[in-house]
Amino acid sequence: MKKASIDELKKLAQEMRKDIIVMLGKAGSGHPGSSLSVIDIITALFFNVMHHNPKDPQDKNRDRFILSKGHAVPALYAAYARAGYFPYEWIYTLRQLGSPLQGHPDRRKLSFLEASTGSLGQGLSIGIGICLAAKLDKKDYRTYCIIGDGESNEGQIWEAAMFASHHEVDNLTVILDYNKFQLDGPVKDILDMEPMEKKWSSFGWHTQEVDGHNMQEIVDALEKSKTVKKQPSIIIAHTVKGKGVSFMENNNHFHGVAPTADETRKALLELGESREEIEEVLKR
Amino acid sequence: MSLEKRLGAATRDAYGKALVELGKKNPNIVVLDADLSKSTKTEAFGKEFPDRFINCGIIEANMVGVASGLAISGKTVFASSFACFMMCKSYDQLRMAVANPKADVKIVASHGGISVGEDGASQQAIEDIALATSLPDFTVLLPSDEYCAKALVMQAALTPGPFYMRTGRPKAPIVHSENTKFEIGKGVLIKDGKDITLIANGLLVFEALSAADTLQKQGINAAVIDMHTIKPIDTALIKQQCDKTGAIVVAEEHSIWGGLGTTVSRTVSLLKPVPIEYVAIEDVYAESGKPEELMIAYRLTAEHIVEAAKKAIQRKQL
Ligand SMILES: Cc1ncc(C[n+]2csc(CCOP(=O)(O)OP(=O)(O)O)c2C)c(N)n1
Repeated sequence: MKKASIDELKKLAQEMRKDIIVMLGKAGSGHPGSSLSVIDIITALFFNVMHHNPKDPQDKNRDRFILSKGHAVPALYAAYARAGYFPYEWIYTLRQLGSPLQGHPDRRKLSFLEASTGSLGQGLSIGIGICLAAKLDKKDYRTYCIIGDGESNEGQIWEAAMFASHHEVDNLTVILDYNKFQLDGPVKDILDMEPMEKKWSSFGWHTQEVDGHNMQEIVDALEKSKTVKKQPSIIIAHTVKGKGVSFMENNNHFHGVAPTADETRKALLELGESREEIEEVLKR
Repeated sequence: MSLEKRLGAATRDAYGKALVELGKKNPNIVVLDADLSKSTKTEAFGKEFPDRFINCGIIEANMVGVASGLAISGKTVFASSFACFMMCKSYDQLRMAVANPKADVKIVASHGGISVGEDGASQQAIEDIALATSLPDFTVLLPSDEYCAKALVMQAALTPGPFYMRTGRPKAPIVHSENTKFEIGKGVLIKDGKDITLIANGLLVFEALSAADTLQKQGINAAVIDMHTIKPIDTALIKQQCDKTGAIVVAEEHSIWGGLGTTVSRTVSLLKPVPIEYVAIEDVYAESGKPEELMIAYRLTAEHIVEAAKKAIQRKQL
């Protein structure tokens, strides 16, 4: 794929925010807050940083991507749809019986997904396995994995963290979507993960901290992570759950509740969609 | 189907309510959850008794270990998450820290089966009963409606030892009443019959009643049992119905491997074998969709029970 410029990425991310709202509004269930918080990162990865080819999804040299916090999958479907992996219209079928677009990433239905996720805590280990395979095969593709902050409660994340640094897995970039919320409330109230950066650096990781909604910072950090040697790399992205839709931002009601028809209209208006276009889309 | 469907509370809601009642009566009860308290319905207990509630975070294995420690120190512990995460993430802890010392830990896990719906296969437990029944000394429960769920939770709280109870996400059709007598380990014969026995649990109990209604119109007289306890299984009732009806259909929202069907067939094989047919999830993971659509797509409805009943009756003649 051709690299989009920072301005193009910003515009794309805005369009993909609309995709997320449309998908979830139509589906009537799903996780808008969790999807909006990672969309800028996913946009940077799919349209600038990662080497991949929608025309040859199984290209052996492609960079790999795993969405370990699988419930944010509408953000991923928006990227795959806009990159041309499947017909855009499919997004209107999210979560419907028979649709390839499952409620959580499911490799049985979309073979280009590197992992089936949705049981939190597992994606990172799979990503590390892929990195080790790359080394065995002397391939220089890179693996990117997005994990959640609540997800980082899981012990398996820290098993993976120890393992990756011990084995000097330096063809891996993890992006932590640090939006400070999990399902039942703020992370600091349920299981505080601070000091987050110290945890990762003491586990032997190269760490960077960025504003997870600043496209330039995201791209720069992702590029820098590629240059790190003998160490796995994590980008701690400070994000806002629900980012981009005023009434969803830091409102954990929208963790796992889809917008109503009215909320869908309101959100799309805020994101700059015209009234006519909104009614048109909602009819589809 | 002609049988009237009256929806009651989801069994997870009944659990949440029962917990609060228990908390008032019994100061020794402690409740743990793994960042799903809004969904498993332990949230209400947490609000009422914050000192005896811990929302542990997304750490199911650790939660079960902690539950064990609390229990062997004298507490009665209820621990909840989704059935898939509860059983699969913490199975070793359930094995070594709960089943092995017979700790007084009650695992009540919601979102069992495919009626979870749109979230899809990763959140739908279809193997939880198989895992739970494999643990020595575990009592394994799968209530059908709000009355059944409440009664089982109350009794479990009074019965020492490890329990697994699966609750469901959707509203459950009422198949019992306030007056139904429930006893852990004893199935409820909701309707008697002479030609075949339909043994079901969970949401499939209503489907079985509905199937019995259809069969009646076709001249087939079916008995219906709510087998809410999978372990220990009610051998006496199964024997009685085998002798009386000579054919069985087992219906459950679980994999064909290791659930109620497996347990009933083992029980029957040790008695005087009769034909048994199964209505259950074939050896596959399901997918996203509306709960009702999935129940049809994965063949878990009254129609499928009717079909299976006719097959079983036919096999009697072989
Ligand atoms: C093992 C496991 N336990 C519980 C859940 C249910 N669940 C889905 S999302 C979520 C919270 C995740 O929080 P976080 O990783 O911070 O992601 P966010 O949605 O806040 O971006 C939980 C508990 C799950 N999917 N997997």
